[in-house]
Amino acid sequence: MAATYPENYRYTKEHEWVVVEGDTATIGITDYAQKELGDVVYVDLPQPGDSVVAGKTMGSVESVKAVSDVYSPVTGEVIEVNQKLADAPEKVNEDPHGEAWMVKVRLSNPAEVESLLTAAEYQSYIEGSES
Amino acid sequence: MIKKARQHVSQNESLIFERSSPGKRAYQLPPLDVPAVDPKDALGAGNVREEIGGFPEVSEVEVVRHFTRLSTYNYAIDHGMYPLGSCTMKYNPRVNEAVAALEGLRWIHPYQPDESVQGALEVIAALENALCEITGMDAVTLQPAAGAHGELTGMLLVRAALEAEGRPRRVVLVPDSAHGTNPASVAMAGYQVRNIASNEKGMVDLAALEAAVDEDTAALMVTNPNTLGVFEENIVAVARILHAKGALLYMDGANMNALAGISRPGEFGVDVMHLNLHKTFSTPHGGGGPGSGPVAVKKRLEPFLPLPRLVNEEAGWRWDYGRPQSIGRVRAFYGNFGVLVRALAYILAHGGEGLRRATLDAILNAVYVRKKLEPYYELPHKAPTMHECVFSDARQAGRGVRTMDIAKRLIDYGFHPYTVSFPLIVKGAIMIEPTETESKQELDLFIDAMISIAREAEENPELVKGAPHMTRIRRVDEVTAARKPVVRWTREEEK
Amino acid sequence: MLAELGLESLDDLYAHLPEEVLLREPLKLGPGKSEYEITDYFRRLSGRNVAGRPCFLGAGAYCHYRPVLVDVLVGRGEFLTAYTPYQAEISQGTLMTIFEFQTMLCQLTGMEVANASVYDGSTAVPEAVQMARRITRRDRVVVANTVHPEYRQVLETYARHQGLETAVTGYVRDTGMADLEEIERETDERTAAVLIQSPNFFGVVEDVRQAAEIAHAKGALLIVVFTEPVAYGVLEPPRQADIVAGELQSFAIAPSYGGPYAGVIATRQKYIRQLPGRLVGRTKDIEGRGAYCLTLTTREQHIRREKATSNICTNQALVALMATIFMTVYGKRGLRELAEQNLAKAHYLAGKVPQKFFGPFFNEFVAHSAVRKPAEVNARLMERGIVGGLPLGRFYPELEDCLLLCATEMARREDMDAVAEAILGR
Repeated sequence: MAATYPENYRYTKEHEWVVVEGDTATIGITDYAQKELGDVVYVDLPQPGDSVVAGKTMGSVESVKAVSDVYSPVTGEVIEVNQKLADAPEKVNEDPHGEAWMVKVRLSNPAEVESLLTAAEYQSYIEGSES
Repeated sequence: MIKKARQHVSQNESLIFERSSPGKRAYQLPPLDVPAVDPKDALGAGNVREEIGGFPEVSEVEVVRHFTRLSTYNYAIDHGMYPLGSCTMKYNPRVNEAVAALEGLRWIHPYQPDESVQGALEVIAALENALCEITGMDAVTLQPAAGAHGELTGMLLVRAALEAEGRPRRVVLVPDSAHGTNPASVAMAGYQVRNIASNEKGMVDLAALEAAVDEDTAALMVTNPNTLGVFEENIVAVARILHAKGALLYMDGANMNALAGISRPGEFGVDVMHLNLHKTFSTPHGGGGPGSGPVAVKKRLEPFLPLPRLVNEEAGWRWDYGRPQSIGRVRAFYGNFGVLVRALAYILAHGGEGLRRATLDAILNAVYVRKKLEPYYELPHKAPTMHECVFSDARQAGRGVRTMDIAKRLIDYGFHPYTVSFPLIVKGAIMIEPTETESKQELDLFIDAMISIAREAEENPELVKGAPHMTRIRRVDEVTAARKPVVRWTREEEK
Repeated sequence: MLAELGLESLDDLYAHLPEEVLLREPLKLGPGKSEYEITDYFRRLSGRNVAGRPCFLGAGAYCHYRPVLVDVLVGRGEFLTAYTPYQAEISQGTLMTIFEFQTMLCQLTGMEVANASVYDGSTAVPEAVQMARRITRRDRVVVANTVHPEYRQVLETYARHQGLETAVTGYVRDTGMADLEEIERETDERTAAVLIQSPNFFGVVEDVRQAAEIAHAKGALLIVVFTEPVAYGVLEPPRQADIVAGELQSFAIAPSYGGPYAGVIATRQKYIRQLPGRLVGRTKDIEGRGAYCLTLTTREQHIRREKATSNICTNQALVALMATIFMTVYGKRGLRELAEQNLAKAHYLAGKVPQKFFGPFFNEFVAHSAVRKPAEVNARLMERGIVGGLPLGRFYPELEDCLLLCATEMARREDMDAVAEAILGR
C-alpha cells in the first residue's frame, strides 16, 4: 500500500520532509528513505544552537549496513532535537513522518520552504525513480 | 546433495568468566631471588589498585579446553576453501610458522644495537629486494602494519613528493569500484576524494579520467586487476594521462595474486603501491590480523620514505635516521617483523618461476569456476577474468533470494561464503577468488554446491533464505547488536 | 582443466593483457627452495642475532615470560588460518575470544568499553587523538614529552595533514614526571585532549587524577597511554581518563624485533560510537540462542568510505588472542603476583645504581651513568652476554649520560648485580 505523504509537508529529493509553523520548521526523513535504509540502529543529529544550511548535511541515519547523510532542507538555527530517537531509533521505521521528527529549526528565511517539493511532486519523483 | 559437510556433536562453551572460580590458577611463578617490595611503599598508597575485578581464575586444563572448544566453532583455511574475492585466502605454509618461531628471530628486542641483530636486518633487506623485483619498483618500506596503513603511507608519500615540487594539490581520484579503505585513507592524508565512474566494461573510463584530471589532481588510486578481477587494459594510457598533468598513479596491490611473475606494476606506470603480505604472500589471517602492508615506490619518491632506512656499510647493516625529506614514522620500530619473516619464507619457497606458476594457477582456477557457473549465475561484466570473478544475484533475485542468502546456504555445504555485495558497482555481487591453493576436486565440490543452491533458489527459495540450517547458531540479529551494543561481559554485581 | 576451458596452455590465461605490460624475462629470484633449505637459511640468520640472553631493555617492548599454552592454542589451524569474523555463524570462536579480550581490557584499564585491538600502541595514539577531536570538535592537543618518543613521532606524521595543532610539554627535573603546571598553562578552550603516558617513557608513574582535573577544567579530554600493561596488575588504572590507548606486547607477544604487536583503545560507554577499530557485540540468533557478531560496523571504512572514523580494516586478532590467553593463564591473582615480582626486581636494581629521577616507578627507571658512559656500560655487559639498557641520549640530549633500565620477572639477581657493577665502573 502506498504511504501517505502529508499534504501540508514539503519534501526534498534527498528524502527529507519539513513542516512549518510560524518561523519554526520541523524536519525528518520520509517513509521512502526509511524503507531504503532498513532497520535503523542509530540517528546522529546536531545539537541545539547549531546552525544548519539548506542543502548541507546536518546529521546521518544508520542501519546495520549503511549510513545515509541527512541534509537540511532549510537554513537556520537548531532549537530542539528529538531525544526519543537516541533510545528508540526504530521509531524512524515505525513513524517517520510523526513521532520520528528529528530537529526543529528556527528559520532564517521562511520563504525558502516554498521552493521545496509538494507531496504530489515528491510522490511522482519517487515513483519515477522506482520504475 | 551436500557432500563436504555433516553435522556433528560439538562442545558447548560459555565465556571464560563464567567458568571462573576464586582460587583456581593456571600459572606458577618462581620464588623471588630479591627482596619483595610493598607496592604501597614503592608506588604510593593511592596508586595501588584493588584486585582486578572479574578477571578469570581458572586451571590450566580449563584454559586448554576453553580455547580448544571455541576454536572448533570456527571455519578456517585448514578446513577448506574460502572463495572470498579480494582476500586471497591461500594456504598458510607451516614452514613459515616454524621459522618465525626461531629464538633468534623471535626473542630480539627492537632497540638492540644494530650489530647484535645483523641476521634480522638481513631478513628485512632480503624481503625489500625481493618485493622490488616482484613489483618492478625501486624501493620498498616494510613499516606499515596492514594494507590500509600502507595506503595511508602511500598517500602521505604522494603528498610529500608533490609538496617538494611546489604544491601538494587537493584531490585524489578513486574509482567507484574501489575497496572502502581507499577513500578513507585518502581523507586521512588530507586530500579530497573525487569518485570516478567505471565504463561499461567495469574499467576506468579513459574519457572520464581525461576530463577529471587537472592541475589540482594529486593522484588516481587504482586497483589492478580491478575489483571485478579484470585487468585494466588501458593502464598504460591511464598512467600517461596522469603523468602529463603531473599527477601520480597509486596502485592498490591487493590483487597482486594475479600479477606476480607475469607483469610488474613498475613497468606499466605505477609510481607508488602497497602490497598485502597476508594476501598474496601467504601470511596467516589469524582471525583478522596481523597483516603487513609494505609500500613500494619509484626512485622519485624514495627520499620521502618513512625512517629509518636500512643501509649496508662495511661494518654491516645499519638503520639510517639521517633522512631529512622523510615523511617521518608511520609506527614505532620497523614493521611487523614476524610477518615479514613468513612472507620471505614464502617467496624463497617459490622462487621466480614458482611465483609465476602460482599466479597462473590462481587465474586458471578463477577462469574455471567462472566457466562452470556462468550458466547458473548472472555475469555482469564479460571481460576476461583473472584471479577472481564477480557474478550477481540477478537471476535468483526474482525468487526473493539475494546474494547474502546464497552465501549463507553455502555454509551448509561446508564452505565459507564468497565476498558478498562488493564491489559496489555490481548490485547483489557474488565475488569469488579461489586462489592457487585449491585443487580441481575442491573447486568441483564448490561448483556443485553453487549449482545446487541455484537450483534450490528456483525450487525451494525458503530453504536458501533461511540458511544456514546446520550451524551451531543461525543468522544473528545484527540490528539489536547495533541498537543496543553490549561489547563486554559484566559481573552480576556491576549490572 | 585447460581442455575444459578450450585453452592450450597456461600462458593463454594472460594472453589478453597488453603486450607492453608483460614481463620479458623471469623474475630474478632464483629457484624455489625446499623446506630444509628454507629452515636452514633462517636458522643461519637467526644464529647471527643476539637472543635469549638476559636483557634490560624496555622502552615500549618488554621481555616477559611467555606461557607455553600460548603457542599451543594460537597454533591451532582454526585460529591461525581463519578469516575475519564477518560470517558470524562460522566464526563464533574468534568472536567469543575477542569479546573476552574486550572485557578483560575494560577490567584492566578501568574503562567501560574497549575495541578489538588496533595495530599497536604507537598507532593507537593518533587514533585516540582523532577520537578526542571528533568528540570535542576541537583541534589542539597538549602532549607531554614523557610519552614514548616514537609514539609522538607517529602522531606528528598523522597530524601534519589533518589540521591538528600540537603543543609539547616537558618533565619535572627531579621526579621525571610530566610537568603538570606546564600542561595547565598550555591547556585552553581550544584543546581537544591532554595526552600523557603512565608509567611514562622513563618508567615513572604519573599523577593521572591531577592531569584529569586540569584537562576537564577546560573541557578537554584526558588520554592516557601505556606501553607496559603488566604495571596494571598492581598499579591503579587511569579511571579518570576519557580514553586509554596502549600496547599489549607484554602479554605473551614475543618482542619479534618490533612487531607484530597489538594495541588497544578503551573509553567510556558514551563515546562508543566514536571508537575506531572493530567491535564485537553480544546478541541472539533467530532462534534465540546467545551469539556474538561484529557490530557498529557503520563506523568502519567499508561502509563510510571517506567519512569513516578511521581507515583501519584489520584488528590484530591472532596477536590479541595471545594477550587474551596470557591474561587467562595468569588471571586475577597471577597478574598481581607477576606485577609484584617486576616491582621487586626493578627496585632491587634501582637500589644499587644512581637513579636520575625520584618519582614512583614500576619496572623501568632511569639510571645515571656518569662514571662510565652508557655505550661503554652496554659494551661491557655485552662481553658478559647481557643486553644492557637504552642509552637515552638518542631521544633526550640532556640525558645523554643516562640509561633506561627495565627489570622484569625474568631478570636474575646475578645479572642485575653485573649491570650495577658495569654502571658503577667496576
